[in-house]
Amino acid sequence: MRREPPQTVGDYAPLLFPAAMLTIFFVVPFGTMIAVSFFQRQQGGFYTPAFVFDNYGRFLSAFFGSVLGFSLMMAVAVAICCVVLALPFTYMLTRMARSVQVVWLVALLSVLSLSEVIIGFAWSTLFSRTAGITNILVALGLMGEAKALTPSFAAVLTGMVYQAFPYTVLVLFPALVRLDPTLTEAARTLGASPLKAFFTVVVPALRNTIVATLIMVFIFALGSYLLPQLLGRPQHWTLSVLITDQAIYQSNMPFAAAMAVFLVLVTLGLVALTVIAGRKGEAA
Amino acid sequence: MTSIFRKFYFFLIALFLALPLIVVAGVSINQKQTLAFPPQGFSTSWYGEIFLNPEWRNALMASVTLAVLSAALAVAIALPLAWFLWRRIAPWANIFQLLGVAPFTLPPVITALGLLTFWATAGFYGQPWTAVVSHAIFFVTLPLVTLSLGFTSIDRSLVEAASTMGADERTVFRTVVLPLILPYIVSGYAFAFVLSLNEYIVAYMTVGFTMETLPIKIFNALRYGYTPTMASVTVLFVSTAAVIFGLVARFGDLPKLLGAMSSDGK
Repeated sequence: MRREPPQTVGDYAPLLFPAAMLTIFFVVPFGTMIAVSFFQRQQGGFYTPAFVFDNYGRFLSAFFGSVLGFSLMMAVAVAICCVVLALPFTYMLTRMARSVQVVWLVALLSVLSLSEVIIGFAWSTLFSRTAGITNILVALGLMGEAKALTPSFAAVLTGMVYQAFPYTVLVLFPALVRLDPTLTEAARTLGASPLKAFFTVVVPALRNTIVATLIMVFIFALGSYLLPQLLGRPQHWTLSVLITDQAIYQSNMPFAAAMAVFLVLVTLGLVALTVIAGRKGEAA
Repeated sequence: MTSIFRKFYFFLIALFLALPLIVVAGVSINQKQTLAFPPQGFSTSWYGEIFLNPEWRNALMASVTLAVLSAALAVAIALPLAWFLWRRIAPWANIFQLLGVAPFTLPPVITALGLLTFWATAGFYGQPWTAVVSHAIFFVTLPLVTLSLGFTSIDRSLVEAASTMGADERTVFRTVVLPLILPYIVSGYAFAFVLSLNEYIVAYMTVGFTMETLPIKIFNALRYGYTPTMASVTVLFVSTAAVIFGLVARFGDLPKLLGAMSSDGK
């Protein structure tokens, strides 16, 4: 049966249900959110239809600027850490036996599917005074007494890298599987050490993949909404945390919606910018 | 790279991934209601607690019900769409493919907030079924991507043969396409199921005040009173995910499934 254009109206029938569901429950909610971002907030958590820019005006405060700056910096840090850790790991993984690969992939998927609540809880336990990693160091005689390592910036960063690492590996995996093995073989035959072959052949060959992966992990890290709250102090809160906080605890839906719209724009803008930069790099 | 370096590096990564889970597993067997590590005493009662304590049992039931239904709905949305895109030449229909991938690509808080404003405006805010629809839309990407991959792997000449022999569209779908696509339906369902089980923000924003799923329950316990049950639930979740993905790997081609996932999905 060849692929053919739909001939009768009936041929469109299978599209009906998916199209309706996606339109009603994704496109319309997205539009609702944009609309609410222009609404007027009332006291007591209600809002009335209006067309005001007040909610966007609040972005101009120093507080908002620092949250935005911190969110972007945090996501960049997570993306760099993850790619640096995951690139050699994934490269070596793709050169291993299939059965070993499968075991690792199952483990990575299991960690990736973990709820942020669970990751936050696990790391806050690991960094706590009563059940934390410092107890192991005390038992080994490396430390005087157990202490809490959270809340701190390092704790948030560790938690977010933990959350994003399996994602990074799975994004890199297909590109590295397809990487031509003769490339490294040639380098090795010509006398390059394995390490030198990796940095002078594999990394440059994957430059575009690495840039794309950095962006995807960056966006992934921007979405982290609980870890900064569970492992950090209020100054470590990111935009996602702030949106959740405004929507749920401060009951300020219009402001939360405005921030969400802004987050979408920042995300899309950065992607577009990097795509343009990538094209220029290739043309040069 | 030398094999000693490789082993050491893999060991460190494994330690990094496993360490929090080892500590949590240790905490889950504490005898008393403390979150101590190394554990004090040994008891499996915190595992029993998940099923015996009505609050935790209800949360477990809510989570499992939500995951079973929303994953099914996600597949029901993805299957006809993926089939249509494979069967027909209709470039404009790709917009729906894009819409199916979008909720999963954007930061989750955006989808969550969009659905919250939508349900609140429509007047259904807090109804349990809204969580099912919300999760189905949020996770539709997973079956959509696995199914699109599954359809591209079907040899079109098989379908051609069946239709030349006189099978109509319906018969071809039931007797040829469906059996070939079934493993991809199952893995798409499995991915959506596991992720729905673990999902917090969308569930919290849509039904957080009327219903407690397990992740919501753990979060509330984090704020209002620690108990080792949180640790035992975590261990249960990790093992469930490992078993389900292990089965997908056992009966399907996991490297292939993941090899195409990111390239198709993004």
